[in-house]
Amino acid sequence: MKRLNRDQLLELARREVQEISPPELEERLAQGEDLTVIDIRERDEFVQGHIPQARFIPRGFLELQVEQVQPDRSKPVVIYCAGGVRSLLAARNLKEMGYENVISLVGGFNGWKNAGLPFTVPTVLTDEQRIRYSRHTMLPEMGEEGQIRLLESKVLLIGAGGLGSPAAMYLAAAGVGTLGIVDFDTVDVSNLQRQLLHGHKDVGRPKVASAADRIQDINPDVTVQAYQEPITSANALAIIREYDVVINGSDNFPTRYLVNDACHFLGKPLVDASIFMFEGQVTVYQPAAPERGIEGGPCYRCLYPDPPPPGEVPSCAEAGVLGVLPGIIGSVQAIEAIKLLLGLGEPLVGRLLLVDTLDMTFRTLKVQRDPGCPLCGDQPTVTELIDYEQFCGLPSGLTSGQANGARQEAVPAR
Amino acid sequence: MATVYIPTPLRRFTGGQSKVTVEAATVGELLQALDRQYPGLAPRLMNGDGQLKRFINVFLNDDEIRTLQGLETPVSPQDRISIVPAMAGGAGKGGQA
Repeated sequence: MKRLNRDQLLELARREVQEISPPELEERLAQGEDLTVIDIRERDEFVQGHIPQARFIPRGFLELQVEQVQPDRSKPVVIYCAGGVRSLLAARNLKEMGYENVISLVGGFNGWKNAGLPFTVPTVLTDEQRIRYSRHTMLPEMGEEGQIRLLESKVLLIGAGGLGSPAAMYLAAAGVGTLGIVDFDTVDVSNLQRQLLHGHKDVGRPKVASAADRIQDINPDVTVQAYQEPITSANALAIIREYDVVINGSDNFPTRYLVNDACHFLGKPLVDASIFMFEGQVTVYQPAAPERGIEGGPCYRCLYPDPPPPGEVPSCAEAGVLGVLPGIIGSVQAIEAIKLLLGLGEPLVGRLLLVDTLDMTFRTLKVQRDPGCPLCGDQPTVTELIDYEQFCGLPSGLTSGQANGARQEAVPAR
Repeated sequence: MATVYIPTPLRRFTGGQSKVTVEAATVGELLQALDRQYPGLAPRLMNGDGQLKRFINVFLNDDEIRTLQGLETPVSPQDRISIVPAMAGGAGKGGQA
């Protein structure tokens, strides 16, 4: 084998590999040419800034991963490093793999930058985050990009109780960056059988406070926005507007209709669930948004146009609930929220999941938008938030304490 | 005979059974027959005018009967009928309650 020194090898590479200057590359990109640009520097260099269109494959992985970025060997591939030397050598290897049109950027990223051309400084995970979320980022469907999207996402939880506990804890661990929690209640000993956000030491504290502590302990990346107040027609739109996805774990019908209507008006997906004894229901209400390519599905009112009259449906407070049940159902809600945030899989839009833990069956039933729905139908009659207490046949304007005592049927989950 | 899934809140009428079998030609007849077997169920499901209450959904297999022929929807012996009422429980005090 012929022995080459460094300079001779580079000389050889220059003869074999086509090069391009930064202004020429910029020009060709601006013209919309189908160029695959690959940044082959090390990660710590890439995160300082890169050519906006560039895909990142560090030199050591180039041959192993290039086909994932550009499988077509006849298409032009531009590779660059910091100064144009590493890319020259790397380009030879791609030619060996059969890439016919490999181009090395003269002067590399430094040359690009010095020519005054635009570059992007990427949002990246910190070293600790890369370890924390490594089991996520290795999922091809999620990757570092998906994890960053979760970190930039905001999910609102209505209720920090049985359903809200597992949902909030898993979403926190998963790295959803902002969790809003609406709950005006304080922790009671009878909550601890199922509400894992709260511990024995928290009895008597506001639920949003103990929830915030627990979430911070699970993942300090998460910002908790606590709303220690009931959600009402007066504040619902202002609160929900700030979030990407809403998880409903409330315990009464007025709140379910209120949150449904508010999410519809704001176009926010709502992951709704309810539990009773050994049985749970979960579905996703996704308002249609043709401009964003979202077909949408039914809303809560399509399924249940009217609430049951007070007293007709027994409550969890009267009938009880198996403590583990909200663990399953709230976790399903957390998964659905993540799917919605990342555009993964098929969310439970237009499908109602019924979970019966006694015979341990999971059944999915089809639910459809009702063209006659007063909210999302063809001729809506509900066009703004209303008095939901009155709608549910309850005296309106009660304070929470009075209401809880006054109508057992509407506070079933205690 | 068709199999009917009874939701938890109504199992007190069926002696705690989650699945019962009923002989009927249509969903409407099935609900009436159910009430004869388990008295007290029909008033929980239907209004005085014989229409389904608006917080109760009935599914034939995977489909809500409104999208089929409503209470006139024919029932075959191998069909599964699910009764799904609105439930509010979630154990969170987020609401205006």
